[in-house]
Amino acid sequence: MFFRMIKGALFRQKSKMIMIAVTIALGASLATAMLNIMLDVGDKVNQELKAYGANITVVPKENSVLNELYSLDEKEETAAAHLKEDDLGKIKTIFWGFNILDFTPFVNTYVQLQSGESVKLTGTWFNHHLALNTGEELDAGIHSLRSWWDVKNGQWIDEQSDSANENSAMIGVALAEKLGVTTGDKLEVKTSKGSKTLNIAGVYDAGGDEDEQIFTTLKTAQELSGTKGLIDSIEVSALTTPDNELARKAATKGPASLSPADYETWYCTAYVSSICYQIQEAIPDSVASPVRQVAESEGTILDKTQLLMILITILSLFGSALGISNLVTASVMERSNEIGLLKAIGARDYRISGIVLTEIIITAVVGGVAGYFMGYGFAQIIGHTVFNSAIEMKPMVIPVVAVLIIIVTLLGSIPAIRMLLRLRPAEVLHGR
Amino acid sequence: MSLLKIKNVSKIYGPLKALDGVNLTVENGEWLAIMGPSGSGKSTMMNIIGCMDKPSLGEVILDGVDIAKESDKKLTEIRRDKIGLIFQQFHLINYLTAVENVMVSQYYHSMPDEKEAMEALERVGLADRAKHLPSQLSGGEQQRVCIARALINHPEIVLADEPTGNLDEANENIVIDIFKQLHRQGTTLIVVTHDPEVAEVAQRTVVLEHGRLVKEIINENFEE
Repeated sequence: MFFRMIKGALFRQKSKMIMIAVTIALGASLATAMLNIMLDVGDKVNQELKAYGANITVVPKENSVLNELYSLDEKEETAAAHLKEDDLGKIKTIFWGFNILDFTPFVNTYVQLQSGESVKLTGTWFNHHLALNTGEELDAGIHSLRSWWDVKNGQWIDEQSDSANENSAMIGVALAEKLGVTTGDKLEVKTSKGSKTLNIAGVYDAGGDEDEQIFTTLKTAQELSGTKGLIDSIEVSALTTPDNELARKAATKGPASLSPADYETWYCTAYVSSICYQIQEAIPDSVASPVRQVAESEGTILDKTQLLMILITILSLFGSALGISNLVTASVMERSNEIGLLKAIGARDYRISGIVLTEIIITAVVGGVAGYFMGYGFAQIIGHTVFNSAIEMKPMVIPVVAVLIIIVTLLGSIPAIRMLLRLRPAEVLHGR
Repeated sequence: MSLLKIKNVSKIYGPLKALDGVNLTVENGEWLAIMGPSGSGKSTMMNIIGCMDKPSLGEVILDGVDIAKESDKKLTEIRRDKIGLIFQQFHLINYLTAVENVMVSQYYHSMPDEKEAMEALERVGLADRAKHLPSQLSGGEQQRVCIARALINHPEIVLADEPTGNLDEANENIVIDIFKQLHRQGTTLIVVTHDPEVAEVAQRTVVLEHGRLVKEIINENFEE
């Protein structure tokens, strides 16, 4: 009889139950979408932030020490130590190699123009194709590491194109205006080691000091600076995990200060400090250090994004609880005659509450399941709209959403149940 | 032994006395009609006898138990075990069929038994309408379902509040015939009505006015 009553209430009062189910489904869908995005947002935001440049720089150990001691400026730095170009591929062989999204070497030198003016020239990779010993292939270079550069005219140098010339160069917009040159022009440059005629392939606007520079291929810069096979520094873009206490301890006191268990945890987590440590292990005599501002901003943005997601989830569930509460209370009020009758014919309060709660929980399960799939859809829409990629659905969200929905439904039903318990049959059946 | 004894019962709502010192005795198997104009206290009386309300003053002894002193839980048990209720508005559950409405009463009393519920509907002439929802039944048919529900647990006392108030003459006669049949079977009937024709067929009629019992009429022509 219990199930007949439940069935009757559910199927013969469809519109009311559908309204409650829809309210629950909306709450569940928001919770599902937000929790999944929150759990996936770390990687997604990290990848987005990688568009704003490298978060690790690698320099020769000697330079790093000199720099720390004497705060050398760039012009004084040029005579110091170098890294080997052949070691570059090792960056992708570290434990967290898959988290290394991009990297590029730099060779800096100062060249003299025909006008006698001294200008900074940087040699680097633009979209250099690498075939690693591991079988992995990738295109690395500043094309993706300086994605914010606005190429005013001409185009990015394409190192993989047949028409690419090793003497191709890109010139900053400020320098191009000063010199009165543009794409297609030639620029004579010379150093004490030699001279070159650079072909201007494009003019870029970086919005900073780089607008006063010339960027050319690594080989050209090495020839002009007499550093064949050597590089000055490397910029690395890596997917990292926001720092916690352990990462901060390792970064300030050094990995040696960690216990063996902590060391293992730290080493096997993609903290920026552990990735730097592994790069130093791979490239001899190098110092890899995080670009602190970027790393800390990433952590802050990530923490704030996750906090925002949690708040939206809590608010949506709170809104859902209010909606459920109103609907269930309205439903009980509408059914006060029926409930009064059940009490009049001898039903105890707990049995009537049991029927009402069972109806609501069945409705909540239906609404919750529908809401989960709606949430899946919302998450994917948000993922594609905001991050241009799908959101990975985490199985742990299912029990979390189920428990949240049951709690919200039960909490939302409390006013209705209290009202139901206060209902006196004489009052509803005879209006007194 | 009297089934119901009401001694000096008053029900007071603020300044209003819905019942004022009422004394009444109902014997086992008796058919009593309670009459009176609107606001005379008929429904209050029914609520108290039906254990849905408690008097402010006085005693109500039902089958040896003073229901004025019992807890709500105990009153629910008394209602379930001893009383069958019939309402003017029928109060059927709109999403359950006729037979299911009868079975609900069994469910809260003991065990639902569809066969027995069907027999109860058969007694009120509704076996062929058992699978219909209340919205598919006429007023008279709904009242008969209500009567079947009140009788299914074999109560010691059947309380009917304006049972014919919403019925046409034909259906009123059907209900009265059912009451006659119940009386013959020994059921105690208390019928609250303002309809003299319904009161006339009862064994005894008491009249309430302003919460007081003002008249008692014994039906000399009562047909046993």
